[in-house]
Amino acid sequence: MGATTTGTDLHAGKLRALRALIASHKRWDLFFASVGVLALMFGILAFVALFFDMAVDGVPRITPDFFASFPSRRAENAGILSAWVGSTLVMLVTALAAVPLGVGAGVYLEEYAPRNWMTDVIEINVTNLAGVPSIVYGLLALGLFVYQFGLGQSILTAGLTLALLILPVVIVATREAIRAIPVAIREGAYALGASKWQTTHDHIIPYSMAGILTGVIIGLARAIGETAPIITIGALTFIAFLPPPPVQATAPFVNFEWLTSPFTVMPIQMFNWTSRPEEAFQANAAAAGLVLVVMTLVMNALAIYIRYRLRRNIKW
Amino acid sequence: MATVDLPRPAAMAIADPDRLKHKFSRNIKERIIEMILFLAALVSVATTLGIVFILFYESLAFFRHVPLVDFFTDTMWTPLFSEPRYGIAPLLMGTLVTSAVALCVAIPVGTVIAIYLSEFAPFSVREAAKPFLELLGGVPTIVYGYFALVFVTPLLQKVFPGLPGFNMLSAGLVMGVMIIPYISSVAEDAMRAVPMSLREGSYAMGATRFQTATRVVTPAAISGIAAAYILGISRAVGETMIVAVAAGMQPNFTINPAEPASTITAYIVQVALGDLPHGSVGYQSIFAAGLMLFLLTLVFNILGHWMRRKYREAY
Repeated sequence: MGATTTGTDLHAGKLRALRALIASHKRWDLFFASVGVLALMFGILAFVALFFDMAVDGVPRITPDFFASFPSRRAENAGILSAWVGSTLVMLVTALAAVPLGVGAGVYLEEYAPRNWMTDVIEINVTNLAGVPSIVYGLLALGLFVYQFGLGQSILTAGLTLALLILPVVIVATREAIRAIPVAIREGAYALGASKWQTTHDHIIPYSMAGILTGVIIGLARAIGETAPIITIGALTFIAFLPPPPVQATAPFVNFEWLTSPFTVMPIQMFNWTSRPEEAFQANAAAAGLVLVVMTLVMNALAIYIRYRLRRNIKW
Repeated sequence: MATVDLPRPAAMAIADPDRLKHKFSRNIKERIIEMILFLAALVSVATTLGIVFILFYESLAFFRHVPLVDFFTDTMWTPLFSEPRYGIAPLLMGTLVTSAVALCVAIPVGTVIAIYLSEFAPFSVREAAKPFLELLGGVPTIVYGYFALVFVTPLLQKVFPGLPGFNMLSAGLVMGVMIIPYISSVAEDAMRAVPMSLREGSYAMGATRFQTATRVVTPAAISGIAAAYILGISRAVGETMIVAVAAGMQPNFTINPAEPASTITAYIVQVALGDLPHGSVGYQSIFAAGLMLFLLTLVFNILGHWMRRKYREAY
């Protein structure tokens, strides 16, 4: 009789211990889940603080005049006209150089490249280029484009530099988009007698367009915020004039002088204002930063949206 | 071209004499297009060669003026003084300290976010958080620099009253925030690549989520997580604008993060902002600094990608 009682007690005790153990494990679970949420909140909070800090200082400066004025020695008159025009033109060069090169390289690596050492070299190279610090691209541009090729500190130099910088992004995005296309599509085209280029041009590239577009937008969003390489090529920071317009009323209607023009871009303008001691210029920096952040956010959001649509719509 | 050798009915050739010609021109066109695409792919190789060439070319000229021994052993970097001294140590130290501060923030937070998103978070939270983290990674670094200088430094000065306006602590902390999304996304990819069967086995043994995450999934994904850290280090070492804006640009051989200092990247920016004549030793010195930076990040990148590939092959 006594033995059974102790047996039950022992049993109950073990059960209690087990329950306590399970409860403590569950507490750990809950604890870690809260730590995880906190970590995420930390990231979100940092971003919110960054955005609101800039918004508080910068929003009063964001007026139509701010977009239509040149930089000035007096903070309240200064604006970002030459900066946003410069950024737009540089992005134009970057896109025109990076898209054909990046898509071409991506198509080559996925569709054409034979399995040999040369292909391996190119692949390893693209991976490594993606990790090279942006300022090193600036040194490349300074030594090679500015002095060896004599392109000067121009929009062309800046555009080409940023194009090289985002090339890995475009290549990787192109490759991923192409890799998602089933082999059956290619086999179908070949079965109808299409050549390799016809298959690529009529099927592979159109079907991977959304993925490529995502990569291009993300790449350009990165390029538009890049400061270090542009500073390194020695771009001036005080530019109170616009490059010659690319389009003109008289024949031949297009004008390429703007390519060799000195320029400034948004991040440089912001850096310039940030490094001045006067409070008033800090407000300008905040306003410029706000415009810059909104621009990159819109571009990134667009890319995320395209990718989301793509994932929902395509069913192979 | 291959069609020439193929046996084919003679009647067909007579019926369509242009058939071969068409194929020939088509083949030529195909070859030309393939060549063009190959050249596009070669541009990336040319970029690397260009970087290596220009860095070594200008650095060689630099090391003709400055002995290698001085470069590595001198603890002063004063290229703009009348008696210039070129010891890379202060710049390396600045890079090391700011990166260390950044990683102290980014590694714990990034890892926790990765584990949480991969093992704990409900589907909807994950779908919302990932694009947000991407946006965080897409903010221009100059904006982070402004944030460090104008927001974080005054905040830190309230906690540590003696803190100078330019300091490595603030720059490093903000840099850490910048690197978080980078580490969390690579680490999460590695954890998601761990097969479900391992988790199912663990749950079947009565393990909780936390136990499964820390004792099964994390060890299985460890090389991918390590790769995330290493790629994060590479990012921190190469980061420019945050340190240039917030850490001050004076070379300072110290490990105290509360002091202002310069890094390799900040020095390059500083020289580029002034106008040193092309071909001077000062001009060449930024290429020598750039070469150090390039080699440093190259080692981390190769190591990181090697480890990343390792976990991919494991399953």
